[in-house]
Amino acid sequence: MTRTARLSILLAAVLLLGAVGTGSVLHAAHRSGMKDRQQANGPTVRAGTVSLRPTAGRRLLVRNLAWGPHRDEIATVPADDPQGPRTASGVKCLRFHAAAGTGICLQAVHGALEDTYRAVVLDAHLRERHRFPAAGIPTRARVSPSGHMVAWTVFVSGDSYAGTNFSTRTAVVDTRTWAIDDNLETFHIVKDGRTYHAADTNIWGVTFADDNHFYATLATGGRTYLVRGDVTARTLTTLHRNVECPSLSPDGTRVAYKKRVKGASPDAPWRLYVLNLRTMKETPTAESRDIDDQALWADDDTLVYALPGDYGSDLWTIPADGTGTARRLMTSAVAPAYLG
Amino acid sequence: MYLADSRGTKATVVPDSRPGRRSAAVPPTVLALGAVSLITDVSSEMVTAVLPLYVVAGLGLSPLGFGLLDGINNGVGALVRLAGGHLADRGGRRHKVVAGLGYGLSAVCKPLLLLAHTLPVISAVLAVDRTGKGLRTAPRDAMISLSTEPEHRGRAFGVHRAMDTTGALLGPLVAFAVLRATVDGYDAVFAVSGCVAALGVLVLLLFVPRRVTLADAERRPERPPVLRDSLALLRRPDLRRLTVCATLLGLTTVSDSFLYLLLQREGNLSAHLFPLLPLGTAAVFLLLAVPLGALADRVDRRRLFLAGHGVLLLGYGVVLSPRHGVPAVIAVLVLHGTFYAATDGVLAAATAGAVPARHQGAGQALVGTAQALARFGCSLAFGAAWSLWGERTALAVTAAALAVSAVVASFLLRTADEVSA
Repeated sequence: MTRTARLSILLAAVLLLGAVGTGSVLHAAHRSGMKDRQQANGPTVRAGTVSLRPTAGRRLLVRNLAWGPHRDEIATVPADDPQGPRTASGVKCLRFHAAAGTGICLQAVHGALEDTYRAVVLDAHLRERHRFPAAGIPTRARVSPSGHMVAWTVFVSGDSYAGTNFSTRTAVVDTRTWAIDDNLETFHIVKDGRTYHAADTNIWGVTFADDNHFYATLATGGRTYLVRGDVTARTLTTLHRNVECPSLSPDGTRVAYKKRVKGASPDAPWRLYVLNLRTMKETPTAESRDIDDQALWADDDTLVYALPGDYGSDLWTIPADGTGTARRLMTSAVAPAYLG
Repeated sequence: MYLADSRGTKATVVPDSRPGRRSAAVPPTVLALGAVSLITDVSSEMVTAVLPLYVVAGLGLSPLGFGLLDGINNGVGALVRLAGGHLADRGGRRHKVVAGLGYGLSAVCKPLLLLAHTLPVISAVLAVDRTGKGLRTAPRDAMISLSTEPEHRGRAFGVHRAMDTTGALLGPLVAFAVLRATVDGYDAVFAVSGCVAALGVLVLLLFVPRRVTLADAERRPERPPVLRDSLALLRRPDLRRLTVCATLLGLTTVSDSFLYLLLQREGNLSAHLFPLLPLGTAAVFLLLAVPLGALADRVDRRRLFLAGHGVLLLGYGVVLSPRHGVPAVIAVLVLHGTFYAATDGVLAAATAGAVPARHQGAGQALVGTAQALARFGCSLAFGAAWSLWGERTALAVTAAALAVSAVVASFLLRTADEVSA
């Protein structure tokens, strides 16, 4: 083949492949444009004022996923009318949680070269009080019941070819002093009664008991553990095996969590369980589907969690004692928090 | 980011300054292979850059435990690489065919990602992608060796590795540009990545000659090498020593991920700077690949390879030293990048000199695989040592072992010098 022929073929291929590539980009851009238009049959979403202060009625805050101009904004609905109209705050978060007038909002910052992430602590009017850079893709966020402590977890991907190694980074911040522990892996770990260190430790899914104590997941050596953490003493102590994304009940007696069950398919390995912290007895909930979320306690008897839905995810609810059936609480929503 | 383990080290074309010698251009085949690697790396690093985001944010999955298949992949990858090298040597040097299969296999995986929505399926596609990479590495390095005069191989590998690393640095930029234009259009990123990969394969097909042997290289018609011939390569003292040294030193080379983790923890580095660490290594690698590649053609390549490990030892020293903070981190990254620039392509060039032309594929595969497996073994041992003794002791022990390995290796390689002299 002559040089001219080869160059002609190359040019033709560049044009063809360029057209395919451009087409796919235009198609995707058009599709994302659709998401800014009001979703047909979707919930009503109006712009308004959202406050974290106590109000007359109990409220549920979520990241609104319904298509339209308020997509991804933190929105609120009355707790007793979750399917009703939503009031959108104008604040966009990937993950969110709030308690006692403090909010934690994990955001993406779209830079020219790559995305970066930050954790923003919000006041009762959802205004920024303080921000911290976050090391990776946000996945979990929690505020302590008093509103003093916040914690978040991000995923960090490895640096190997094809990036198949993921690890987590979990940070805890005291909003009274802005002191930050930006990697709980540096805490002293006591596993089965003995000091433990390993390179492969990962910690995620903090849930606060009070301003000094919390529960979380520790993963190492291919297993996961429920750990009890102490912020002042900087310790993590294992309590129970096979617990991920714990969520402490308001009365502090039980933990709802994801359990890896035997015989489940590898792409849907988790079921929603409740662990009694006094008796260490596990109770499966009646939800039979795979759960990949840190559940939330609506009250001492009821759990709320996200499942994949038509517009990203929906919120579902089920009794914590293993009875009842799962019920859809809200469509097109994720990252719930109750106030009041 | 880039994968240092299977890439080379030297980078740019520098004029040969030795008196009385005309400066030889880098052979067109090497430039073509460099272009193929650059384009392919843009494609694969596009995927690598957005994959975590796609899995976590796009699909809403929790990817922990996703790396569990890594060990299996490493083992299979090693076998595939050996097979690739051996097959490429068979039947009149089918390097281009085998390399083309490897590049093609990886290219097909990109559009397949459009259909993969669960972690097991994504893992499977990535495993096939990696198989393609394993298949093409040895034949590609063999073609670089065969198309270059022996005295310029260091520089040739340097040019190739620099182009390769350039692609690895460009990939994430392209990916995020697409993501920005489409607002979370991961499918568009995979589609564009597939188009780029297809272009890489096409450049290989069009611009890399079928027979890359230099005119004056051996040409006698022989029976194609069988598996036994490929394994018998280890009976050659030069190659055996090189393989033993690469293995010894590989066993004491802490993986990039461990090194960055140590840097972050020992240096008390803020967590959000963590993603920048591999970029630092890659940038230094890119800058020094050419000068050190040219240097490898002037001094003894095996000695430069050893010196590179000395630089790595210095890097371990800085991590262990009480000096913390940004200057120490930068020093480690510079040393780490220099280590790659002085060893990766240099090893391939040294290997080329120790193997006859008709066994280039198998020879490159043998040494490269031995090094990769040794490094994997080091990762396992290092992880265990970390659990037993803590991170500092683990690194101190590894550093001591590296020093011992380097002394043994220098003794072995000096013997080789005397024999050849």
